[in-house]
Amino acid sequence: MSFDVNEYYSRLKGGDVLMAFKGNISSELISNVLEVVEARMDEYNESSKIRKKVYNVLVESLQNLYHHIETLPEEMQEEFDTKFGILVVSRIEEKYRISTGNFISPDKVDILRTKIDKVNSMGKEELKDMYKFILNHQRLSEKGGGGLGLVDIARKTGNDMEYTFEKYNEDYYFFNLDVYVDMAQGTEQN
Amino acid sequence: MEPLSIEGTAKTPTVKFNGHEGVIEIKGRSIPENSIEFYKPLVEWLEEYSKTPLDLTQVNVQLEYFNTSSSKCILDVFKKLEAIHKGSNEVIINWYYEEDDEDMLEAGEDYESIIRVPFKMIEIVE
Repeated sequence: MSFDVNEYYSRLKGGDVLMAFKGNISSELISNVLEVVEARMDEYNESSKIRKKVYNVLVESLQNLYHHIETLPEEMQEEFDTKFGILVVSRIEEKYRISTGNFISPDKVDILRTKIDKVNSMGKEELKDMYKFILNHQRLSEKGGGGLGLVDIARKTGNDMEYTFEKYNEDYYFFNLDVYVDMAQGTEQN
Repeated sequence: MEPLSIEGTAKTPTVKFNGHEGVIEIKGRSIPENSIEFYKPLVEWLEEYSKTPLDLTQVNVQLEYFNTSSSKCILDVFKKLEAIHKGSNEVIINWYYEEDDEDMLEAGEDYESIIRVPFKMIEIVE
């Protein structure tokens, strides 16, 4: 049986949700999401430090989606948008959770898993060195940040990224990435 | 040469490059999906300016947010400034960051360690 994307989306929407979206990931959508989440954090009177961290991590997560999302084949377009992605921002146990989900081709699963595991295993200084190395030595690709996104997320959150790859059909896996920002570091509310 | 002036948007910064005063400013948010496109005219302007720069070029960078895609383009801008500095003209980069924004301070220090131009870290206190 293939992975149930809608069921998964419903499950993510449990808890204190600031924003939930599934559908076409476009530049306009990213602008709208950022605006909504910024306003919601204002309502929560979140400290500027946490607000900035969440915003930064959200930008990177969304733009990772935007740049790497697969154009789905026609037979899947009945159920999903062409550039289908999922985004849910919620508050869970003193943390902001940013969840993204998208289809990826099977050949990318191992590459992505290896990359996330590597970034997760690195400490603060190692991440800083890696960030600076990529910044200074790798050309910016047409697609975006040239691999800086995940390193930046890890540096800013200080938390491990959690992920799953669920088989959808012969051609696609559904990739889910959860990123956490601690609320504790900004307890000095302003 | 003609000054470069770009109005800021929700995703791109306000840009004011003035060759007569030797003052270069980038302010606001830099989070476009396609940063190469946005930064291209900035790098080109600096390329031209670097042919006859003033004795002192002052650079003010005051960003609230920038994405990783912009970070490489900002490095390209700084590399142009580094070339001017190497040509024995004075260049100073003032890197502004908001109080408590350690991530932005750290980002400035990352650039400072890569680019051979004097940096000044300036905290904005509300």
